[in-house]
Amino acid sequence: MANRIPRVPVREQDPKIRATNFDEVCFGYDAREAVLEAGRCLHCKNPRCVSACPVSISIPEFIAHVATGDFSGAASVIARDSSLPAICGRVCPQETQCEGSCILGVKGEPVAIGKLERFVADWNMENGGHKAEKAPSNGYKVAVVGSGPSGLACASDLAKMGYDVTVFEALHKAGGVLEYGIPEFRLPKEKVVASEIGAVKALGVRIETDVVVGRTVTVDSLLDEEGYSAVFIGSGAGLPRFMGIPGENLNGVFSANEFLTRNNLMKAYRDDYMTPVYTGHKVVVVGGGNVAMDAARTALRLGAETTIVYRRTEKELPARREEVHHAMEEGITFSMLTNPVEILGDEKGWVRGIRCIKMELGEPDESGRRSPVPVQGSEFDIEADSVIMALGTSPNPLIARTTKGLETNRRGCITADANGATSRPGVFAGGDAVTGAATVILAMGAGRKAAAAIDRYIKGTVADTVVGK
Amino acid sequence: MFEIVSKEMLTPAICRMKVHAPRLAASAQPGQFLIVRPNEHGERIPLTISDYDRDNGTVTIVTQKIGASTSAICSFEAGDAFSDVVGPLGVPSEFTEKSDGELAGQRYIFIAGGVGTAPVYPQVKYLHSKGVPVDVIIGAKNAGLLIYKEEMASVCDHLYICTDDGSEGFKGMVTGLLEKLVLEDGNRYTQAVAIGPMIMMKFATLTARKLGLPIIVSLNTLMVDGTGMCGACRVTVGGKTRFACVEGPEFDGYEVDFDEAMRRQGMYRSQEHDAEERYEHKCKIGRGR
Ligand SMILES: Cc1cc2nc3c(=O)[nH]c(=O)nc-3n(C[C@H](O)[C@H](O)[C@H](O)COP(=O)(O)OP(=O)(O)OC[C@H]3O[C@@H](n4cnc5c(N)ncnc54)[C@H](O)[C@@H]3O)c2cc1C
Ligand SMILES: Cc1cc2nc3c(=O)[nH]c(=O)nc-3n(C[C@H](O)[C@H](O)[C@H](O)COP(=O)(O)OP(=O)(O)OC[C@H]3O[C@@H](n4cnc5c(N)ncnc54)[C@H](O)[C@@H]3O)c2cc1C
Ligand code: SF4
Ligand code: FES
Repeated sequence: MANRIPRVPVREQDPKIRATNFDEVCFGYDAREAVLEAGRCLHCKNPRCVSACPVSISIPEFIAHVATGDFSGAASVIARDSSLPAICGRVCPQETQCEGSCILGVKGEPVAIGKLERFVADWNMENGGHKAEKAPSNGYKVAVVGSGPSGLACASDLAKMGYDVTVFEALHKAGGVLEYGIPEFRLPKEKVVASEIGAVKALGVRIETDVVVGRTVTVDSLLDEEGYSAVFIGSGAGLPRFMGIPGENLNGVFSANEFLTRNNLMKAYRDDYMTPVYTGHKVVVVGGGNVAMDAARTALRLGAETTIVYRRTEKELPARREEVHHAMEEGITFSMLTNPVEILGDEKGWVRGIRCIKMELGEPDESGRRSPVPVQGSEFDIEADSVIMALGTSPNPLIARTTKGLETNRRGCITADANGATSRPGVFAGGDAVTGAATVILAMGAGRKAAAAIDRYIKGTVADTVVGK
Repeated sequence: MFEIVSKEMLTPAICRMKVHAPRLAASAQPGQFLIVRPNEHGERIPLTISDYDRDNGTVTIVTQKIGASTSAICSFEAGDAFSDVVGPLGVPSEFTEKSDGELAGQRYIFIAGGVGTAPVYPQVKYLHSKGVPVDVIIGAKNAGLLIYKEEMASVCDHLYICTDDGSEGFKGMVTGLLEKLVLEDGNRYTQAVAIGPMIMMKFATLTARKLGLPIIVSLNTLMVDGTGMCGACRVTVGGKTRFACVEGPEFDGYEVDFDEAMRRQGMYRSQEHDAEERYEHKCKIGRGR
């Protein structure tokens, strides 16, 4: 199944230049390039790309519209299954999802599905193409906790069904990880995140920022006192993990969340914002996921020499492949099969280095993954004046602790079935709060499933007993 | 937006504001704090809730100008509005969980230093309303820097003042006065609470330990989000890392590693100095890293 047209390359900022600025790395396709790339799709009868997409976007169908230059038509096809296409086109791990299964990838390069999705979504935003319709109100109120991808997706679907939806967000800005975690150079805040949120608001969704559910209000008070018929919890997995090694509380040691929040949400990299950030001259980032790549590339842009320390090999890096590639191009050093054992401090309590041990991959465990084991006596020191821990996050326990009858599992995740129903009737949950740290597309999918379940719940139970308010 | 209903300067460097924040006022408890982001370009600044009025939907904050952001907050006037005010954050004071029976027989001594006097007020007021005997020590560098004297006197049994220079009340530190009250005057307390500069809380804890008196302290660490998401606020308590914003801000003083906490508080000192200069000169000079 060879395809004679090579994959259309996407234009990017030069690595040397982009390492000094926060502008978006990838320029994306223009209309001509998009049409050309769309022409490569074989329109398979049983498209493997669609089965590999967590929300089953009709990929060949939207690509067919792109091929004929009908970009608005393409946008309406995507909109059936995705409420955040400009974001997913930029941050989905396409290489393990749609593109990873594309038939063209067997012998050559898969169709650039992600870049096409991004093109369509950007075109649609700029040209005001396909727009979702606001439905007449059905009189029922639903509260959504958290304005990350799961909350936004849930809110917009409910609004399209006529619900009166309010999103409660703890921070001062909506977007969740899209706003505080993923950097500007990967996901522009005004052009993309704010526009997608604007589209959700245009459906009539209210977003109330500065409300910490569990403190300012509770799930119980929303249901019992404020007249909400159901609540969706999309509070994410924001609690940073540390390693528990000596020296972690030295000055100059940060969680990736802190470092990224200062830069993204608080815009510390800009001189016209007040929040400070300490970067140091030599930064070591511990971890191998998207969060580690983002922290390392942010530190690099702030002028630091940056090393990523990861305990397995390049093959196992959980980050999107494109980000790893970009990080390497930009000049970040990767120290693989390396694990920190101690952070070293100077007499004033500031970081001066990090002691690591060499690792090797041992026998495969039950899951088939070869787990890293330390090589005895191989300790060595890396000089550093700042260490950023990107070891993963878990759900914040606040909501579970303050909501009656809401069960969580051993890892602190809210227990919910495939439709998002929790142990408490009328309370639904989805996204990272349920799965632990995962992906934008899975969070969005969970939000949409829960919206459908909330609709069934309200029509089935509440509507019978409560007269619409 | 959160409107400032009233503002007054308590000293040239300390201002008191009532802010309209109805959801916050409805749920605030003694010991909790809030975060103010004065404007779009501002920092998120943690401040203790110094009083709350559920009927009128307001909360009171008392801010001391020590750097760029606190100065920015104090430059707002009644009728202006902050971009963001979020809370209540943190765990309410332990005694709010106690029943009247458990509070019976207790006698509290509060040790307030500088601007920390304002956060003490709602706690004293709460205990007083429950009939618990409460004494308060307020300490400041000199008489001109004392705040909340009348307010405090109206809700406590005995108010003791001390100043470093002796310009009012006992001459000396709060720790000296505490020792005097217990050792010389024979007062018996069941619980001490200290709120003020970290260094004061450290020494208050040392003194309380010497006197065999349990002590609670309220840690004013650096913070960013205040919701448990970043770990900027981490402190070592009882040998374990804790996040002050969600597990505190109040902790058992005996267990706190004050030296580490003080060191971490100074993390941005040189940069903050730059920020203050920028703020004062209203210009955008480059920031050192
Ligand atoms: C740095 C970084 C990079 C990433 N890169 C990628 C990537 O490239 N591709 C990808 O697919 N995924 C990536 N991820 C993961 C992805 O962002 C998350 O899986 C996704 O955002 C989860 O969405 P969510 O809606 O469940 O939660 P979140 O996006 O975490 O949003 C939760 C929201 O709820 C709010 N909240 C929490 N508690 C409360 C409360 N008590 N009351 C009110 N509000 C509350 C939070 O403030 C937050 O705004 C990345 C994550 C990080 C941190
Ligand atoms: C839970 C909590 C409650 C608080 N309550 C109050 C309150 O009711 N009233 C009030 O005036 N302040 C309070 N603070 C302290 C207040 O948040 C800080 O003074 C403020 O963040 C300093 O910001 P700045 O930009 O003005 O000063 P900066 O320029 O940031 O700091 C100036 C100097 O003060 C030091 N510093 C920075 N942060 C703190 C801090 N948290 N505590 C002590 N020194 C610090 C810096 O190292 C620097 O040397 C509280 C802090 C916390 C965490
Ligand atoms: S698998 Fe590839 S070629 Fe086939 S329909 Fe999907 S994108 Fe097109
Ligand atoms: S301030 Fe961010 S976790 Fe406490």
